[in-house]
Amino acid sequence: MITLEVPVASEDVPQPSGAAPKLVAPEPEHCPGPESQQAGKMDACAGCPNQQICATAPKGPDPDIPLIQARMATIAHKILILSGKGGVGKSTFTSMLAYAFAQSPTTQVGVCDIDICGPSIPRMMGAENESIHSSSSGWSPVYIADNLGVMSIQFMLPNQDDAIIWRGPKKNGLIKQFLKDVEWGDLDFLLIDTPPGTSDEHLSINSYLKGSGVDGAVVVTTPQEVSLLDVRKEIDFCRKAGIKVLGIVENMSGFVCPNCEGESQIFHATTGGGRALAAEMGIPFLGAVPLDPRIGIACDYGEGFFDAYPESPACEGLMNIIKGLRGQMGLPPSEDGVEEMDES
Amino acid sequence: MLENVKHVVLVLSGKGGVGKSSVTVQLALTLARAGKRVGVLDIDLTGPNIPRMFNVEEKKVHQAPGGWIPVKVGDTNSTNGGSIECMSLGFLLRDRGDSVVWRGPKKTAMVKQFLTDVLWKDIDYLLVDTPPGTSDEHISLAEQLRSVSTDGAVIVTTPQAISTADVRKELNFCKKVGLDILGVVENMSGFVCPHCSTCTNVFSSGGGAVMAEQFGVDFFGAVPIDPALNLMLERQKETTDGVELLERYGESKLCPVFVGIVEKLLAKTEKVVGNGSG
Repeated sequence: MITLEVPVASEDVPQPSGAAPKLVAPEPEHCPGPESQQAGKMDACAGCPNQQICATAPKGPDPDIPLIQARMATIAHKILILSGKGGVGKSTFTSMLAYAFAQSPTTQVGVCDIDICGPSIPRMMGAENESIHSSSSGWSPVYIADNLGVMSIQFMLPNQDDAIIWRGPKKNGLIKQFLKDVEWGDLDFLLIDTPPGTSDEHLSINSYLKGSGVDGAVVVTTPQEVSLLDVRKEIDFCRKAGIKVLGIVENMSGFVCPNCEGESQIFHATTGGGRALAAEMGIPFLGAVPLDPRIGIACDYGEGFFDAYPESPACEGLMNIIKGLRGQMGLPPSEDGVEEMDES
Repeated sequence: MLENVKHVVLVLSGKGGVGKSSVTVQLALTLARAGKRVGVLDIDLTGPNIPRMFNVEEKKVHQAPGGWIPVKVGDTNSTNGGSIECMSLGFLLRDRGDSVVWRGPKKTAMVKQFLTDVLWKDIDYLLVDTPPGTSDEHISLAEQLRSVSTDGAVIVTTPQAISTADVRKELNFCKKVGLDILGVVENMSGFVCPHCSTCTNVFSSGGGAVMAEQFGVDFFGAVPIDPALNLMLERQKETTDGVELLERYGESKLCPVFVGIVEKLLAKTEKVVGNGSG
């Protein structure tokens, strides 16, 4: 029989280590989680081939949490980039935010891509063919610039197009390793790019980082209701999980024809777009970025959009959003401000 | 499982937001317009969009002896007997803003339940709309469908490299699990400016066709961006002229494009059931 969960590149991607015991069968429906206190004792556990393993596995807090906290202690700000909807520009926004923060040479920035099944960050940052080096102190991120490091599963794949066919627990294991085993060093900002949805990756990143303190989440959306519908769920998730929402960013908002400069709404905001959602939810609206085909092209070729088109309206929109975001995090509007120089 | 369903077609994409749901909706509309009885199963559990797009968000699923009764789209069948029914987790939520925060095992159980417990009645085509990625939902789907003769998958992508990079992973997933690929649809391929009629390739162009060629799979066609479609789907509630979505879709600029795509789909699926050659 073919098993679907073929481990991809098992040498390159070490098995998750941690509190979860090794299971002999997939978890049943209503599984309390092999590492939970009730493991092996719930009604759902009756008849499960894993019952004995779960029941006898050592319980208590995840022993890896203190290790993660030790790694995260040297990182000043941790920001999650979330959206319930896919393809709205989470990764694009993450990479632009990273480039923007890294413009100041004294700011150290890290990007952690926890979209396991569809990693986009490496290509957008022009580092698709890089691989990760490991040393005794951990995995070192791939450096795009002196002060900009990136970590993604894409760097671990033997072939660029390999599918990562993993169920939840394996994804969680890798996310844990990204936090525990990567030598991030002293960072000012760690940006965490997430996959769409509200599932394993989101629950895990939240529980792993709970003790380390996350500044909050930036929620990205596009203007149309089909997208807002899913984003509403993501905000509901943030509330339930206790993650502070720093603000909503509306991407792909309006399109200016390069030929006649006439504006049109490709993704029509029939219900008021991100701004109305922010007002409805009582969350700051950080701003809107218009659709610019050049952003997509820059992403495809892994170029920094800021450097290439600093004058474009999209850049202006982004700069405003970053200013607003810094405000939400209680930081000065820009890193290279004169006030900062005086302080030091 | 799925005894009353003649053909099962999955709509897949490694990338999110490329238009899986809107392609599913349009395939369903076009098939129904061609007289087929269509079922749409939405297994995107954390982000179900199908109910909104068919304007059936407020409908509820009824439990009957033997399973769930899917929600019917529209009141009347089209003149030639085509109809659409759908099933989604969206119907089971108390509030439309509620999040479904589930880990893998629960999602797996739900997918299984959706495949086994829905009472489809004489469906010609069951279209399965999926979430992005190659994880729990997809593995479960592939495992569950192993016992059923699935026709294969329609792969949706947008033209830019960022999207095709993820979709290539999905193609490899299909290969690995032995799922036939019926064809690739390139969505959001070009936008015609309503002011000056110049076509701008907002998300570049041609990426889907190139990818299909590289993987040796059929290319079903390129679908341009049409904001009018989104408006048409969004404004179903306000329009009270009694024209059903099925008819209204006939006026859409995208309708002829999908007629072409569906022709190719029908040609591949109606031939001989269970053949592997292309």
